[in-house]
Amino acid sequence: MTFFNFIVYVVIGVSAVLSYFVLANWAHDYLVGKFSKKNLQDSIFRPWIFMAPALIILLVYLIYPVSETIRLSFFDNYGREFTGVSNYVWAMNDSDFRQSILNNFLWLIVVPTTCTFLGLTIATLADRVWWGVFAKTLIFMPMAISFVGASVIWKFVYEYRGAGNDQIGILNAIIVYFGGDPHAWIAIPFWNNFFLMVIMIWIQTGLAMVIFSAALRAIPEETLEAARIDGASEVRIFFYIIIPFLSETIVVIWTTITILVLKVFDIVLAMTNGQWGTEVLANLMFDWMFRGGGDSGRGSTIALFIMLGVIPIMIWNLRRFKMEQER
Amino acid sequence: MSEIVIKNLNKYYGKNHVIQDVSLNIDSQSFTVLVGPSGCGKSTILRMIAGLERINSGTISIDENIVNDLSPKDRNIAMVFQSYALYPHMTVYNNMAFGLKIEKLTKDEIDSRVYDAAKILQIEELLQRKPKQLSGGQRQRVAIGRAITRKPKVFLFDEPLSNLDAALRVQMRVELAKLHDQLDATMVYVTHDQTEAMTMADKIVVLDQGKISQSGSPLDLYHNPKNLFVGGFIGSPKMNFIKTKILKKSSQSISIDLLGQKSFILKKASTNLKTGDEVTLGIRPEHLKVSKDLKNSWKGKVFVVEKLGSGTFLYLEKEGEPLVVETDGDSKIKVGDTINVAFDQNKCHLFNSNKGLI
Ligand SMILES: Nc1ncnc2c1ncn2[C@@H]1O[C@H](COP(=O)(O)OP(=O)(O)O)[C@@H](O)[C@H]1O
Ligand SMILES: [Mg+2]
Repeated sequence: MTFFNFIVYVVIGVSAVLSYFVLANWAHDYLVGKFSKKNLQDSIFRPWIFMAPALIILLVYLIYPVSETIRLSFFDNYGREFTGVSNYVWAMNDSDFRQSILNNFLWLIVVPTTCTFLGLTIATLADRVWWGVFAKTLIFMPMAISFVGASVIWKFVYEYRGAGNDQIGILNAIIVYFGGDPHAWIAIPFWNNFFLMVIMIWIQTGLAMVIFSAALRAIPEETLEAARIDGASEVRIFFYIIIPFLSETIVVIWTTITILVLKVFDIVLAMTNGQWGTEVLANLMFDWMFRGGGDSGRGSTIALFIMLGVIPIMIWNLRRFKMEQER
Repeated sequence: MSEIVIKNLNKYYGKNHVIQDVSLNIDSQSFTVLVGPSGCGKSTILRMIAGLERINSGTISIDENIVNDLSPKDRNIAMVFQSYALYPHMTVYNNMAFGLKIEKLTKDEIDSRVYDAAKILQIEELLQRKPKQLSGGQRQRVAIGRAITRKPKVFLFDEPLSNLDAALRVQMRVELAKLHDQLDATMVYVTHDQTEAMTMADKIVVLDQGKISQSGSPLDLYHNPKNLFVGGFIGSPKMNFIKTKILKKSSQSISIDLLGQKSFILKKASTNLKTGDEVTLGIRPEHLKVSKDLKNSWKGKVFVVEKLGSGTFLYLEKEGEPLVVETDGDSKIKVGDTINVAFDQNKCHLFNSNKGLI
């Protein structure tokens, strides 16, 4: 019966939306026709009728949460008593928070750059070997795996058993096979951050590669040939012709991954839950918001810091987008 | 002296034999035009000279060195592409200086070469612009400028004017011819447009399906086409073709059937043709005369009159393609008139059923 219910709900939902547009449009024509002598086509109300649903959804699911988060960050753990900037003061002095800021920076520097670099390199090289398509498929596949799923896979890669036991983690197994000592990789402070970043890179390089492949195809062959006749080596062509051609794409990929990285959460939660110095802002926020009774004040404060990190990139992106439109 | 010598050149794309045993000498400082319909292999030959396309068999020599295995930059050539192929993110100056910087020339040398080229092409005030800010004609000048600055022995042009509008094309045609005089370089020019070939070339090479159909000076090809293809390709409007039969043959002359109206005597005689053989008569529009002379003539009805001012083209109804006749600009002939057309006996070409000249 659930399937039948599902169909019914879909039909009801779709017809409700349709009737809204049809009826509102009809009512608009009727009222405007009655009270105004102007041409119906020129009505300034009509656009609002059609935009209203989207605007309301935006208001409810975007503006309201943001303003509520800002409000909560100035209140106590239950959101009842106004406490001024005490949550912010706490954050500045909290060692976990500082560690998270630092780690987020580390992620920001390493992951987008590595993904972009690897994606571009692989996309360029894959077109020159016969097994390129196969390699690209293999590199693209992790895209289909969720961050949590990927973390489970990599947990097994990094798995540690005491020396003398059989190593079931492939990394330690290889090291022991060649006579080395096994390590608990994800518990080694500082470096464990990089072991977690590898997971994100593993997933996101595929995206970068696919987009770069398409962009590379769009470079006119004759321009590259002209450069070859001008005497440019392949390396020079890559840096002086291809990279400038791809600059737009590089920026798009780099910012997309940057925003993703700012929100990194699942990987850290699944791998270490922020232990051993791997804490990041999103996981810290989740921790304060929902664990140990919950503290909506501190949780919201941390959430705002994440937003603060994303906003400049968003603004920059929007500006670039607008500039492109105007060109 | 020959600058470029091509011997038994072959090129396959898969099973597709696109260049079939082409041999060709291109004289030093000549302006040679490769012309032919789309897909006949002109670009492929040019790209093999440039080193952008591998050669399956045969040799290409430039300046007496076999260059088969040399990379483009070592062949002392420059190429101008139909799409201009400018570097979009570089200024005009840098577009022209790119190759020179790679050659590691001094800043002064680069400056002087770029400014010289810009001056020749009248693009001095555009040097700081990006290609996007230029018109099609200006972009083409930059592309030519980029080739000039490198001072190559050989210039290769692949349909450089096809993307320009008609007026600009005529203007650039003149300028390219002028440039050739100024630079004393060897130029190889590819086009599908026979007018470009006729107006610019010292030597025209007509290609047909990967083979050289005929080569020679423009007027040589115009007056003495060796086969039906060249006859039809060179000249505008096209040469008229009339399918016919040999009625009678003697040692001095051939008599053929002229569009079923009467027999027509040609002074040429050939040994290997017999009475009854199928042949094609070719004659250019300007070698047909509107006259009262009834000898070697034919009557037809006019169905289109094209007035160009300098001349008038009359299209006469006949089986198959219409017969085109050129007459003077102020002709009074109207659509629907029936006129008598005299054939100039000395300007008729006879092609046999293999499309070769008799
Ligand atoms: N890269 C390619 N792969 C396969 N076939 C090609 C390729 N380039 C050209 N050809 C074929 O070779 C023939 C000659 O092409 P081209 O030299 O470009 O002709 P054009 O005289 O128009 O310049 C055409 O039939 C074309 O389809
Ligand atoms: Mg071509």
